[in-house]
Amino acid sequence: MMDFMTLIQVLDSTVRLATPLLLACLAGLYSERAGIFDIGLEGKMLVAAFFSAAIAYVSGSVWLGLLAGIGASMLLAGLHGLASITFRGNQLISGVAINFLAAGMTVLIAQDWFQQGGRTPSLAGNARFNPIELPFAEALSGVPFFGPIYAELLSGHSILVYIAFLAVPGTWWLLYRTRFGLRLRAVGENPAAVDTAGVSVVGLRYAAVGICGILCGIAGAYLATALQAGFVKDMTAGRGFIALAALIFAKWRPWQAMWACLLFGFLQAIALRYQNIDLGGVVIPVQVMDALPYILTVVILAGFVGKAIPPRAGGEPYVKER
Amino acid sequence: MTAPAIELKGISKSFGPVQANKDISISVAPGTIHGIIGENGAGKSTLMSILYGFYKADKGEVWINGKHTEIPDSQAAIAAGIGMVFQHFKLVENFTVLENIILGAEDGPWLRPSLSKAAKILDELATEYELNVNPDALIEEIGVGMQQRVEILKALYRQADILILDEPTGVLTPPEADQLFRILYRLRDEGKTIILITHKLREIMDATDTVSVMRRGEMTATVKTADTSPEELAELMVGRKVLLQVDKVPASPGAKVLEIENLRVTDDQGVERVKGIDLTVRAGEILGIAGVAGNGQSELLEVLGGMRPGVGVIRLNGEPLPLTGPGSDGQSRRAAHIAHVPEDRQREGLIMEFYAWENVAFGYHRDQAYQKSKLLMDNTALRQDADEKIERFDVRPANSWLTAKNFSGGNQQKIVVAREIERNPDLLLIGQPTRGVDIGAIEFIHKQIVALRDAGKAVLLVSVELEEILSLSDRIAVMFDGRIMGERLPDATTEKELGLLMAGVSGEAA
Repeated sequence: MMDFMTLIQVLDSTVRLATPLLLACLAGLYSERAGIFDIGLEGKMLVAAFFSAAIAYVSGSVWLGLLAGIGASMLLAGLHGLASITFRGNQLISGVAINFLAAGMTVLIAQDWFQQGGRTPSLAGNARFNPIELPFAEALSGVPFFGPIYAELLSGHSILVYIAFLAVPGTWWLLYRTRFGLRLRAVGENPAAVDTAGVSVVGLRYAAVGICGILCGIAGAYLATALQAGFVKDMTAGRGFIALAALIFAKWRPWQAMWACLLFGFLQAIALRYQNIDLGGVVIPVQVMDALPYILTVVILAGFVGKAIPPRAGGEPYVKER
Repeated sequence: MTAPAIELKGISKSFGPVQANKDISISVAPGTIHGIIGENGAGKSTLMSILYGFYKADKGEVWINGKHTEIPDSQAAIAAGIGMVFQHFKLVENFTVLENIILGAEDGPWLRPSLSKAAKILDELATEYELNVNPDALIEEIGVGMQQRVEILKALYRQADILILDEPTGVLTPPEADQLFRILYRLRDEGKTIILITHKLREIMDATDTVSVMRRGEMTATVKTADTSPEELAELMVGRKVLLQVDKVPASPGAKVLEIENLRVTDDQGVERVKGIDLTVRAGEILGIAGVAGNGQSELLEVLGGMRPGVGVIRLNGEPLPLTGPGSDGQSRRAAHIAHVPEDRQREGLIMEFYAWENVAFGYHRDQAYQKSKLLMDNTALRQDADEKIERFDVRPANSWLTAKNFSGGNQQKIVVAREIERNPDLLLIGQPTRGVDIGAIEFIHKQIVALRDAGKAVLLVSVELEEILSLSDRIAVMFDGRIMGERLPDATTEKELGLLMAGVSGEAA
């Protein structure tokens, strides 16, 4: 079956595949903890993926690309905020609209700019995020057991992977150890309590939606400029929805969100590595493996995994009552 | 002479065509408890919301401690030393007491120093005002009385000198209410100014130093409490003489109409709410069920009304009624001559977007008199029927083409009561008959209930208002935690005794 090195390699690709999920999941966490449901994670990642790849290609700088991706994602986040906070619209409809807008817009602009069938040209060199070797990775790789873990699993990812995983304790600390976090959690549970305490509900919710935009932007840029080398049509492939499932699975808590995303990433890594699994005569076809993350998503969303209580004021626009 | 703690000068506020406050001026002396009394919709809450910065007045000025103060938002109100305890608490349920108290009043961007400082201040407040709460308890795990304390502590933590309480006793047991008033006296004696908004005359008479009466957006009088009487206040509120006591002759109970044996009911979450109760209601008798909200009364009514399945035996005029499956729905109950005025008229009694004439027929809309043919309803008959009932019950405005949401709470309730009582049922189930209903309509609805009893019908009354239970019932059963704690006769018991039963202290111990 699986020897040690194979396991390390599978886990290594788990980390890489879990990264965009984790960033999107944390993005959703901020938004939903503040009471704004966001099914537009997918759309925001998609525009970020396109604009980061396009700008990185044109400018040759992946960092400018990242900024462009974050900017595009934040524009859509602002649109969602406008619809659901300022105009108190339906948050699900706004999210769906953003997903459609992103899916259509990216392909259209890509075709107009690059004429390559709705994709960007391949990125190379400084137009991509390249792996970072952690110090002494080479030297320590010979050490039994720990060597490969350090050199193969922990070292050799792009900077965005480390940012994503550092964002987990960062989010935990922000939520549970700061004034902003207390207010953010409160506004998702009972905005009236925040309002009567003299704090702006609208301001807090825009802040949360803004953070959501930044994280989705990084997630999208990671897809197009680190995991892959360029943008292709619909490259998010439902990751925004898988991230939402992971968020529910994690019951809107940061550490649990990381483990949920790693689980989904692991399933994707397995599907990539083992195209057909032979279980004593019965061959599981590759399609089943590819579908596994999505099947798990459906299972989780159907509520088979314990009871997940969302933030109490989630999805409801705040209106002062008489 | 010291400046008044609060002075409102010529406050006016309209919501569209509705003028909620008309040129209101009052002045409240520091260190007093000032009551504001008025019927629902008289504009009390609007006035206080203006003072707390929730709404902006169209006209008028607010003066705090002799200074003209602009209050554009709650932040400004807090800065001016005003704290408000809303009728519906503004607490985050899954936060601790301490977290709720510091929310919005943190000392800096980091939580830990704020929390430890708040814990210390809370300790001092607790000893100073006897406001003890466990700072680490979650809000959802403590009772409403405690939650209210947290709201008061929130205001004190923000160094409020003026405390506004909106209908504070609505959710409290009588002992809890007594405790609240002891806290308020103590706060007053420490120099705080307290505004108490209520519709309960007795609280005004017991607790306040001065009282202002509001009617239809206007301030009709401000008097010293010692110089007035409940009768006078009621008249000022309603604008005419009101009978505060229900006039009724002694009951002459007849045969058993409703018999309940070992009834058990579980709620939607699977929690057992009614834990094996036995009750009997006779013809010509009103049985009142007293209890704090949430002790199984709602579920009891719902089972009897066919809105929820149960386990046990229920007999109507000796015939067992099915509690599950076919024949246990609301339609069948009504066919068996059980009328039901549900506790929440807006959710269960009416369809708010439908016309009054449609609402008058609900539940009885399959009645032969309303059918034109097998497929079509006879709307003319429906409207005629509705108009008659609206006239007999003095529903205002007397227009059956208005949707239910356009009537005031009292008139909505009259529509529901008219629909149920006019059917001349054998048994009337009536929950919170006068919740959110103005005094004039209360008097009317009470008369109708007594009239039905005098016609030899059985009435099962559920109410959280102890005064209502005491004045209407011929027999009182107290419910606590899904069980009947005891039965009493209204003449042979006291509010104190019932209050203890409602709090779960058994009859023998009391």
